[in-house]
Amino acid sequence: MTLDPTTTDMVGLRDSIASKQVSATEATRTYLDRIAAHNDGLGAYLEVHDERALQRAADVDSGKITGELAGVPIAVKDLFCTSYGHTTASSRMLEHYRSPFTATAVQRLEDAGAVILGKTSMDEFAMGSSCETCFRGGAKNPWDTTRVPGGSSGGSAAAVAADLCAAALGSDTGGSIRQPAALTGTVGLKPTYGRISRYGMVAFASSLDQCGPFARSVRDAALLLRIMAGKDPMDGTTAPIVVEPDLADVDQPVESLRIGIAKQYILEGANDPAVQQAVDNAVKFYESHGATVVEVDLPHTRYGIPVYYVVATAECSSNLARYDGVHFGHRTGEPVNDIVELFSKSRAEGFGDEVKRRVMLGTYALSSGYYDAYYNRALKVRRRIKQDFDDAFLQCDAILCPTTTAPAFKIGEKSDDPLSMYLNDVYTVNANLAGIAGVSLPAGTTEVDGKQLPIGIQLLGDAFAEAKLLRIARLYEEGHAHSALRPSI
Amino acid sequence: MSNQASPISEDDVRHVAKLARLTLTDEQAHHFTDQLGAVLGYIAQLGEVDIDGVEPLAHPLDLTNVFRDDAEQPGDDRDAMLANAPDRQDAFFKVPKVLGDGGGA
Repeated sequence: MTLDPTTTDMVGLRDSIASKQVSATEATRTYLDRIAAHNDGLGAYLEVHDERALQRAADVDSGKITGELAGVPIAVKDLFCTSYGHTTASSRMLEHYRSPFTATAVQRLEDAGAVILGKTSMDEFAMGSSCETCFRGGAKNPWDTTRVPGGSSGGSAAAVAADLCAAALGSDTGGSIRQPAALTGTVGLKPTYGRISRYGMVAFASSLDQCGPFARSVRDAALLLRIMAGKDPMDGTTAPIVVEPDLADVDQPVESLRIGIAKQYILEGANDPAVQQAVDNAVKFYESHGATVVEVDLPHTRYGIPVYYVVATAECSSNLARYDGVHFGHRTGEPVNDIVELFSKSRAEGFGDEVKRRVMLGTYALSSGYYDAYYNRALKVRRRIKQDFDDAFLQCDAILCPTTTAPAFKIGEKSDDPLSMYLNDVYTVNANLAGIAGVSLPAGTTEVDGKQLPIGIQLLGDAFAEAKLLRIARLYEEGHAHSALRPSI
Repeated sequence: MSNQASPISEDDVRHVAKLARLTLTDEQAHHFTDQLGAVLGYIAQLGEVDIDGVEPLAHPLDLTNVFRDDAEQPGDDRDAMLANAPDRQDAFFKVPKVLGDGGGA
């Protein structure tokens, strides 16, 4: 049997390898060949680890490596440390950085037998919604290469959409998995905060960052979640709860399903008609499958973006203080008169403009005289946002809403207008602020300038209720053919 | 947006850049003042929210004092940790000479 990556999901491929219809080597070569043919045009990968991947595949074929993901080729956002190759976070600051260790999430995939193909492009330090703030290169949308794939995990999204891997890892701080998933027609899951270890993930905003999968199907995303989830002694903020054995059993029915809809997610005139139509159709779909639709109120939704740009920037200004030109990362080659000048010049040369803006914004929000007006106030509004969700989830099992207001925008369209770029995350940031789970699902395409562009819908679920959330997502997926749609590349 | 109406002045931006250890060009200072001013203007809407009696939420998980066993564990390998240093000498990170001939910081 020859492998056609465009007609299978990851679990299907895994089963073909396990039953020896396809060898792991053949699967890995197939994806490496596709990368060789298409990556120049798409920019999804920053670095491909061919030799290591083929060695691991050979070890799967010889029975040396086994596991639930044996032989499955997976891509990793270049935010995750790997003890092989580079880990750059798409920043000049880390251009030559080689990590001495591997992130727990990546290690758990490899322990399950996965074959890591390489590292994918992203916005610098995960700060952006378009994959345009990379130090080098930037991923493009496989559906229309004049458009962005979303961000910050744009390379992982593009790689899955173009079948340059069977699944990929991303990170979501304000929407960086769900927004690119929506813009590329893939499944993107942001798990509950604390579900998956952040150990070895280059830190951006530590109370918001969460690792998650990009996948071709809901069952793929669920399996990857189950494998990566759980307490890690290396990350004190992983939740001390046992991973449910049925976390990935997405075909189980959800009894007495209640779908919540909130008027705050239908922003006046903001949603593209095709996006609104997709959400309306999904509501009807769930109703016709016996769900009760309930209106929930999330009155503080509109404050999500301003809260986020205080909290995330404050945390990033602290996290990125470690890049000092002394211990690791870029050091200026210019002459310096004192140590502060060494720090300041190294950081000025190593960071791009968006990173500088956020570091300065966060420094300002935390500085003497502004702390109460900005940071402390933002944290209080953040609790209001979380309370909104706590109340809503007493009345419903999941909230259905758009992932983004519109399909993919043009490269360059928003790149020097930070505020307009920030508003991309209007429907996604609140899940990060509250620490709850969210998943973006492919919901068909709409024609723009003669090209079909994907649209996503989002389901938000309560903290640690991913098992239920993914079953609800699976119900939608099963009733539609959207996940099978592929760009012509 | 003119600097007059901006919630942040160019001098503020230079001061913040200094605190954040970022060297800025004049052009950057000017450009960032407009951009940060627009974002801060947007953030100002948080002033509308009634936050009386609301506790700040700094973290989504209610975790405190996460301890591990007080047991000996292998540490990080020094050479591996130093391998990424821009400059090193023996077991040390090396920085350029940063004190003048007169000494004193």
